[in-house]
Amino acid sequence: MTAIVNVYLKEGVLDPQGKASHHALDSLGFEGVEDVRIGKQIVLQLSTDDKTKAEAEVKEMCETLLANTVIEDYSIEIRA
Amino acid sequence: MKVAVLRFPGTNCEFDTQYAFEKLGHNVDLVWHEDENLPANIDLVVVPGGFSYGDYLRSGSIARFSPVMKAVSKYANDGGKVLGICNGFQILTEAGLLPGALKRNNNLHFISKHQTLRVENTDNAFLNKCTKGEVLNIPIAHADGNYYIDDEGLKELEENNQVLLRYCDSEGNNVVVNGSVTSIAGVCNKNKNVFGLMPHPERALENILGSIDGVKMLEGFES
Repeated sequence: MTAIVNVYLKEGVLDPQGKASHHALDSLGFEGVEDVRIGKQIVLQLSTDDKTKAEAEVKEMCETLLANTVIEDYSIEIRA
Repeated sequence: MKVAVLRFPGTNCEFDTQYAFEKLGHNVDLVWHEDENLPANIDLVVVPGGFSYGDYLRSGSIARFSPVMKAVSKYANDGGKVLGICNGFQILTEAGLLPGALKRNNNLHFISKHQTLRVENTDNAFLNKCTKGEVLNIPIAHADGNYYIDDEGLKELEENNQVLLRYCDSEGNNVVVNGSVTSIAGVCNKNKNVFGLMPHPERALENILGSIDGVKMLEGFES
């Protein structure tokens, strides 16, 4: 089972990398980009076949280590 | 004074920190991150600067789970004094021993230069040899020093006099250096026994290196 975790800065927390990339896109002439947020994707291979268990475990991993919830939000997607 | 200076894989300021405290007449023990206990009868733990675990995932996020940090948390929760410098500050915020978090600098650059700082509060074990409003000249060297705390947290910091230092110009006016909320360069916890700052006082002890303002900062712990 695979867990895909996306970690990104919370709404309202300024994302310096996103802002710089947004500026670069503007400079290159790409129009219509309203916002750019840069995060990271963490892909976990899990030994369990139990989706509920996997979700609970990955959530705990996020809260403990993978995300800093002071500044970051995360989403979890479990794939068979 | 007996000082414990921690070492993680990737720490690179431990010998500067050792030199600094020894120069001020103190005994220093270097403590490896796998040690489960701190040396006996210490007066201060310093989490020094560097790039623990290569700053992987987030600066300080992996170091905070090392065995020695369990001992540091216990030491701090029992009232022991802890100072985090640069990466040490990042580790202490990740460990939840200090409020807030440190993000990538707003200009995305690694900033390495001398920087003036304004002393915000002196009613603590760290800055008691400084004067409120005093401007200090201390080197900074970091990529992730952009201090973030939400509005409610900031209010609490201000109310409890937990803001230690702010980046300023030579006249003492706030300046934007790395994007930190209200130019914050250092904070302490509510109980005022855990301190963290991005600037490096251990690098400002000799005129030949550009400043001796670090002396009175580090000497604060003697009283």
